[in-house]
Amino acid sequence: MSKEVAVLGVGMHPWGKWGRNFVEYGVKATRDALADASLDWDDVQSVVGGGTIRNGYPGFVAGASFAQALGFRGTQVATTYGACASGAQAIATARAQILAGLADVVLVVGADTTPKGFFAPTGGGDREKDPDWLRFRLLGATNPIYFGLYARRRMELYGATEEDFAKVKVKNARHGLNNPNARYRKAVSLEDVMTSAVVSDPLRLLNICATSDGAAAVVLTSLDYARRHATDFVTIPAVSTVTPRFPNTVIEMPNFATDSAAVAQVPDTPFRDSITKAAYEEAGVEPSEVNVAEVYDLSTALELDWYENIGLCKPGDAEKLLRDGETTLGGRVPVNPSGGLSCFGEAIPAQAIAQVCELTWQLRGQAGDRQVEGARLGVTVNQGLFGHGSSVIVKR
Amino acid sequence: MAKQRVPAIEGWFEHEGEARLLGSRCGGCGTVFFPKESAFCRNPSCEGGEMEEVPLSNRGRLWSFTNNCYPPPQPYVAADPFVPYAVAAVELEAEKMVVLGQVVPGVGVEELEAGMEMELVTDTLFEDDDNEYLVWKWRPASAHGAAA
Repeated sequence: MSKEVAVLGVGMHPWGKWGRNFVEYGVKATRDALADASLDWDDVQSVVGGGTIRNGYPGFVAGASFAQALGFRGTQVATTYGACASGAQAIATARAQILAGLADVVLVVGADTTPKGFFAPTGGGDREKDPDWLRFRLLGATNPIYFGLYARRRMELYGATEEDFAKVKVKNARHGLNNPNARYRKAVSLEDVMTSAVVSDPLRLLNICATSDGAAAVVLTSLDYARRHATDFVTIPAVSTVTPRFPNTVIEMPNFATDSAAVAQVPDTPFRDSITKAAYEEAGVEPSEVNVAEVYDLSTALELDWYENIGLCKPGDAEKLLRDGETTLGGRVPVNPSGGLSCFGEAIPAQAIAQVCELTWQLRGQAGDRQVEGARLGVTVNQGLFGHGSSVIVKR
Repeated sequence: MAKQRVPAIEGWFEHEGEARLLGSRCGGCGTVFFPKESAFCRNPSCEGGEMEEVPLSNRGRLWSFTNNCYPPPQPYVAADPFVPYAVAAVELEAEKMVVLGQVVPGVGVEELEAGMEMELVTDTLFEDDDNEYLVWKWRPASAHGAAA
């Protein structure tokens, strides 16, 4: 049985700091995705929303909030929350409904409105059982603290330099220059990055992604339905939302420590590698076949880690891949042609869906001056708090 | 009157005498956890067993490090004016685990190097009118290893 579903329509609300209700952004992205699919809201049989935890109760029930705004009409509804993987979990849920024959047309939508500055724990009061509260209370461990630890580790292990990190930013800024949905559309020089303020050594302000408002939506359908309604469409043959395997030996947000590897055997595949590995296996493709990738560049240094984790090169070779221009538009396998989080900033539940929007435009040849020529296979990857990761394969 | 020295969180570390983090060990498989797991063992290959408190090694090797150049948001209680501080990820050899901690004041990232030996101390996290709240921190190991 084919495990593919069709991406019939995609849409986004531009990323920015708009300060409006997240539902407005989701409605805009949805209407664009429906128009792109040449379908109406009436055609949608199920809505799956990516949850947001920073917008009160409507965010916890995002699927219903979007459905209500679009006009309640008895649609099946669900909401998923999985930190940065929320959007991919929504896609996985929609795909399962379609493959099970429960629905032909499912809308997936995620949107967020974010506060200024560092992400802080949600909710009030002293919560001594909540590791996300405690990491701030006892360590002041912001997200950039973890990004800084990974970046320094990369320098120690592989000799990465601050200039390598800066080059990732310069590349992504160039990629996103004319992306109408990107928040930052400005060329950045190595000097701009390397003279920006240090936030968490060795990472400077321009090495770290911002937090943004934005929304993304996709309309997924069964292949049969897609064939009846369109002549040309891309498909999703695999979605991975795997957990780490115990013992996880890399420190992860919001933890104070890794698992102990003194007794249990360390898994052959580390968590970050296992995320796309599961997706490649499900899709029956090899990393060497990938033409374009959207990876979660929470920091510039982390983008380099992803090159290795998703199998674009061997551990330690990411800097060479970058320096050789292989991951730049025009190179062998452009990474983050959208501009990535570097140009967007995080709008958490929308981000994994936005990655799929970008790959859809790329594979249809509609990406304008950021087009990856002839792209037929793309991969997304992301990772968030509490052992969440996701990867989606999109193919033509 | 002198302020009372109290831990910022109960049961996570010894704050009198030698500084030690307090983890838990599974009576079934022997895996150690920090912070403590008291209700269950997270090793999927373990049939389960009683969890008992166990002090962790108070020395280890620096796995990686970074710092906070800007005050973290609440519930962190940041000093005003804010003084940047380093954060260390230290690998404990016996436990084969990496544990985070602030680095003691006065030791910046420029004085740290991956692989160097670090030792655990207790130090002030923040103060109010009545109490001085303590937390564990890392510092480069001294030859004597005396705790602060």
